[in-house]
Amino acid sequence: MYVELKNINKSYGDFKASKDVNLGIEKGSLVALLGPSGSGKTTILRMIAGLERPDSGDIIIDGVRVNNVSPSERGIGFVFQNYALFRYMTVYENIAFGLEIKKMPKKEIKARVEELIELTGLKGFEKRYPNQLSGGQRQRVAFARALAPNPSLLLLDEPFAAIDAKVRQELRSWLREMIYKVGITSIFVTHDQDEAVEVADQIIVTNKGRVEQIGTPKEIYKTPDTPFVSEFIGRSTLIEDYHKLKGFEKGDYKGAIVRPEFVEAFKSDNKVFSEVMDCSEEGVVTDILFRGDSLELKLNVNGIELTTFRSLERRKVEIGEKMRVIIYRLYAVDDEKAYLLENQELKDKDIKNRRLEAYLYSSDGYFVV
Amino acid sequence: MAYLKGDERKELAIKTTRRSKPVVKWVLISTSALFIFFMLILPLVSVIVNSLKEGFDFYFKAISTEYVKAALLVTLLATVITVIVNTFFGIMASWLLTKFSFKGKQFLATLIDIPFSISPVIAGLAYIMTFGRSGWAKPVVDYINSTFGTDIKIVFAIPGVVLATIFVTFPFISRELIPVLNAQGTDEEEAASLMGAKGWTIFKRVTFPHIKWALVYGIILCTARALGEFGAVNALSKTRGETFTLPLEIDALYLAGSADSITASFAVSSILVIIAVVVLILRNIFEHKSKSM
Repeated sequence: MYVELKNINKSYGDFKASKDVNLGIEKGSLVALLGPSGSGKTTILRMIAGLERPDSGDIIIDGVRVNNVSPSERGIGFVFQNYALFRYMTVYENIAFGLEIKKMPKKEIKARVEELIELTGLKGFEKRYPNQLSGGQRQRVAFARALAPNPSLLLLDEPFAAIDAKVRQELRSWLREMIYKVGITSIFVTHDQDEAVEVADQIIVTNKGRVEQIGTPKEIYKTPDTPFVSEFIGRSTLIEDYHKLKGFEKGDYKGAIVRPEFVEAFKSDNKVFSEVMDCSEEGVVTDILFRGDSLELKLNVNGIELTTFRSLERRKVEIGEKMRVIIYRLYAVDDEKAYLLENQELKDKDIKNRRLEAYLYSSDGYFVV
Repeated sequence: MAYLKGDERKELAIKTTRRSKPVVKWVLISTSALFIFFMLILPLVSVIVNSLKEGFDFYFKAISTEYVKAALLVTLLATVITVIVNTFFGIMASWLLTKFSFKGKQFLATLIDIPFSISPVIAGLAYIMTFGRSGWAKPVVDYINSTFGTDIKIVFAIPGVVLATIFVTFPFISRELIPVLNAQGTDEEEAASLMGAKGWTIFKRVTFPHIKWALVYGIILCTARALGEFGAVNALSKTRGETFTLPLEIDALYLAGSADSITASFAVSSILVIIAVVVLILRNIFEHKSKSM
C-alpha cells in the first residue's frame, strides 16, 4: 500500500468529519473519494495533504508516518477545487513557482516548465494570465503546476466542479489519460458518481465521516455492501413493500433498492417474452418522460411506483396503458448491509443460459452471465 | 431571461426601468446635482474666489508668511509619519483579520473602527488625559527623560500632533484592504505554502499583488484625511508657528477677524482645496486601476 490511513478521527467542534477511517491505496492507482457533500471526503484528502491534522490515527505515505511532516515535505501535488491559480502570475510563472521555491537552477526550471507545457497542451499560452484562460485551460495549468516539482502523489479536490458540463466530459478522459501517461498515484474527490465510475479504477465511498465501501467501479455498482452504497450509486429508489412484487418473498429486511435497469416492461403480445410471460405482473404506465436517448417510464405495479428506461426503437406506449412487468433483482437492505435478491420465479425457470438477452433492456440485465 | 448572463440581465433591468420611469430618473438627477452644487461645489469655489479677492500678489504673500510655512512643514511631517505608521499597521491588521481565525476577531475589527465613530476632539483630549500634566503616562515620559537625558514632550508638541493624526486616520488603510483580502480568500496562499513557500515570500509574491491598488487608494485617503485633521490636533497643539498645522493656521487667521487676515485664511485654505482636488483625481485613477485588474 502506498498511502495508508489507520483509525483516523477528525472533528470540527461537534461535527465529526472522520470516524475511524481506514483505507489503503496502491501505488500507481487512480482513486476516487466519492460521497455526498459533508461526507468527509475532502477532509480525508486534506489530511493526506497535511492541510488538516487528524485528531488521532496514522497517515502513512510510502511506508513513512507523515503526521508530523509538513505539507511541503510530503512529496505531493495538490489541485484545488477552484484551482487557486496565482492570479497575478502568468501561466509560466504559475508552473515555475514551486520550482523557484525549491531553489532549482533557472535553466532546469525552464526545461521542466516547457516540458509540462508541452505535456498539457498549453503551448502558446505561457504569457497569459489565469483570467485570460477558459475553465479547461485553467485546470490544465493547475495540473501542470501540481506536477512541476515531480510529486509522487497527486491529490485533486473536485477537479471538475468549476467546469461547465460540456467541457467536463472531455476533460475527464484528458485527465485520466494524463495521469496514466505520467504514471502518478492519484486521489481525487468527487460527489458525482458518473465521474468516479468513468475516471477512477478504484472508488472509496464515504458517508457521514465513514468509509462505506472500497472497490472497483464495477464492484461498487454490482455488489454494494451497505444500504448507503446501494442507494447512492445508480438511479436508485427505496421501496418498502418489495415483497408485493412478483418473484420476491418477504425477508427480514427494512426495504429494497430498485434501479431502472432492474425493471423490464413489455406489451402482453410481445413474442420474445412469451416464455416468461407467467413470471410477469401487470403495471400501469403513469408517466412518460423523454430522456433524449430513451424514454423514462413510470409504472404503477401493485401500488408500487417503479421506473424503467425504454429504447426509442421499441413500440409506442401511452399513459394509462397496461403492460407486463418483470423485476430481475433487488438489493434488500437492513440497517447495516445490502443483499442481492434475485427474482425467484425467473431463477426457478432456469433460463439463465439461453440467449434471451437479445431483447433485454440492458446488457447488464439478469440473463447475462 | 434564463439565457442571459448576470451582467446582461442587470443591463436589461436598467433599460427597463429607464424606459418606464423617465420622470423619476430626471427628478433624482436634478435633485442630486442641485444638492451637490449648493452643498459642495459652491462653497469650495467661493473659497478660491475669496482667496483671490485682493489679487495674486496678496495671495502669494498670504501663503508664504513664516506662520504658514511652519504650519505646512508640521502638516507634512505629521502626514508622512502617520501614513508610514498606518500603512504598516493597516497591512498587518487586515492580514490578521482576513487570513487567520481566532477568538475575539470580530471584536478586534470593531476596535479598529473606533476612530470612525468617535469625535476627533475626544481623541485629542484622551491624549491630554494620558500624557498631560496629570495623565497616568506622564511619570513614564518623565522617567525616560531623566534617565536618557532627553527632553521628550508629547502634549502641546509635535509628537502629540502626530499621535492625534495617527489616531484619527487609523482605520483608513485596513478598511480598504480587508474587503479585497476577503474576496481573494486563502486558496492561493494555501497553494503557495503547500509548495513550500514561507510567510514573507507568500506575502510578497501572492498576496501583495492583490492588494497593491487598494493599498495605494487607502494611502491616498489616509493622506487626505491626515492633511485636513483639525479637531484632535486642535486639542493638542497650542503654539502658532511651532506646532500649528495648516487647518489650525487657517482657523487662527480667520479668528483674527480683520478683512486682510480673513482673505489670507481663504488663501491658505485654497492650498488644502487644491490638494483635495488632486487627491480626488488620483483616487479616481487608482480606483479604476484596482477594478480593472
